Amino acid sequence: MSETGAPLIEVRGLRKTYRMGEVDVQALRGVDLSVQKGEFIAIVGPSGSGKSTLFYILGGLASASAGSVLIDGHDLAAMSDQERTQIRRELVGFVFQRYNLLPTLSALDNIGMAQFIAGKPRHTEGWFKQTLDLLGVSHRLGHKPQSLSGGEQQRIAIARAIVNHPAILLADEPTGNLDSENSEIVLKLMRDLNERLGQTILMITHNPEAAAYAHRIVHMRDGRIVQHP
Amino acid sequence: MINTLVIENLKHRWVRTMLSALAVGVQVTMILTLVGLSYGTLEEMSQRSRGVGADILVRPPGTSIIGLSTAPIPEKVLDFVRKLPHVAIATGITVQPIGGVNSVYGIDMESFSQMSGGFKFVAGGPFQNSDDVVIDEYWAQQNRLRVGSQTQFMNRSWRVCGVVEPGKLARMFLPIKTVQDLSANTGKLTMIYVKLDQPNNLQAALAAVKNALPDYQIYSLEEFLSLISVNNVPGLKAFIYVVIAISVVVGFLVVFLSMYTAVLERTREIGILKALGATPGFVLSVLVRETVVLALAGSAAGIVFTYGTRWAIMHYVPGSLTQTIVPEWWPIATLVSLTGSLFGALYPGWKAARQDAIEALSYE
Repeated sequence: MSETGAPLIEVRGLRKTYRMGEVDVQALRGVDLSVQKGEFIAIVGPSGSGKSTLFYILGGLASASAGSVLIDGHDLAAMSDQERTQIRRELVGFVFQRYNLLPTLSALDNIGMAQFIAGKPRHTEGWFKQTLDLLGVSHRLGHKPQSLSGGEQQRIAIARAIVNHPAILLADEPTGNLDSENSEIVLKLMRDLNERLGQTILMITHNPEAAAYAHRIVHMRDGRIVQHP
Repeated sequence: MINTLVIENLKHRWVRTMLSALAVGVQVTMILTLVGLSYGTLEEMSQRSRGVGADILVRPPGTSIIGLSTAPIPEKVLDFVRKLPHVAIATGITVQPIGGVNSVYGIDMESFSQMSGGFKFVAGGPFQNSDDVVIDEYWAQQNRLRVGSQTQFMNRSWRVCGVVEPGKLARMFLPIKTVQDLSANTGKLTMIYVKLDQPNNLQAALAAVKNALPDYQIYSLEEFLSLISVNNVPGLKAFIYVVIAISVVVGFLVVFLSMYTAVLERTREIGILKALGATPGFVLSVLVRETVVLALAGSAAGIVFTYGTRWAIMHYVPGSLTQTIVPEWWPIATLVSLTGSLFGALYPGWKAARQDAIEALSYE
């Protein structure tokens, strides 16, 4: 749950303009957002509202045009590509709508790859084994993505995202490709991770039912955060 | 972990992996077969020269070590050589090309047999008539000939009178008079072989022959054999370099296409790696390692294929070509394929390393 004190994420006046051909597209038009450590936040809004752009900037995958983005004291807006790559390794875990597991590797190796890239030893901690049990995928680790159901793939993706103890878990429509039963499993797991491990989570979703699992819902429209949808 | 990814990637697209390695293998085979043919042909030529049993060779002025296509030595020179000190036996040959890389050798059976210890006939025997030809086993195998068979060359039909073990001078032999007359070289020789009374008289005999025939090329057998090398065959070294250059280009193109396709196919995977925090160097490293594995696997396959080409040559054209396995060229051919392959991986690797993570993740 949320704590008082310095926010884990502090976004101020964030702007992002894309150049598409001859036209400038303003994807973010001055976003302010504070997230406390341990919060589970859902960001909702229609297509084109700027949710994904915010997701990519918070995850260090894109740079901001203006404004500041502080994550755990690091200002992403002032960082080079190389520094943002480092941030992705250490502070951020991603969960995508399409799971995005490496198809040639087993589930275990997909998780191991995240640790390898972060320069951490392979998952041997008891904590991680318990997390895999919690996710219900301990018995499926030797399988490649093509042999796993969508729900299993997404749970492996969650395991991969949290294995390096990221400061924030960014989830982009994590239930978008799942049926309602698997959606519920995944959302409950994310809430469990938040409650049991104190994992800070920002989840982008179109689905109001999914957003209801979060502590706080942030609405976006036309590149801004709005009070009411 | 990175090696696991490399191996799994290669296994996952095994058809492309196999085809790429095969193409690199063909390139390596091309180099090793050419080198093997060069070395083998020259080695075999040396062995056959050694099989004559001579100590000294007398060659006409102005001829190359490898080429023998004219007969400019008058037979009286042979008579003259026979009278020189320490000369026990001297025999002359007349060579006539019969197409391609093949020649027929005219010999004086009596003196040639004295010098070489005589042919070992596996079938038939020496010349009986002027249209008789003696061939060695390789030529017989290649042309499916046996004693009594008719064979055509020099616009005439010849009867195979004997098949001999290979290793003496040539593959086909005719009476010297026949070759001289048919090639309009009556009374002329291409080369003279000299056998000494005692091998330790070599230096004295050499000096005597050189002194007596100052315009001629006089070699001891060992000296002559040492000159039969790739360096002394006009154009051969340049030809090998051209083939190596072509191989580098082929390797470059094969790996370029393979890796370029791989990068396009794996756009999304590259995006995933970048989202996980992989640096451009990491992504490049994956592709470079895959390339190295392909090049090494291809080189190994190429080396194995070389045994196949040697078998095919020995089976189908043993009388015309000889290929040896030249292990000292294995690392060179491997290095050539590796170089071409790494050049081929450069642009796809650069493209992958610079891939935008967001675009890559949304790639369908």
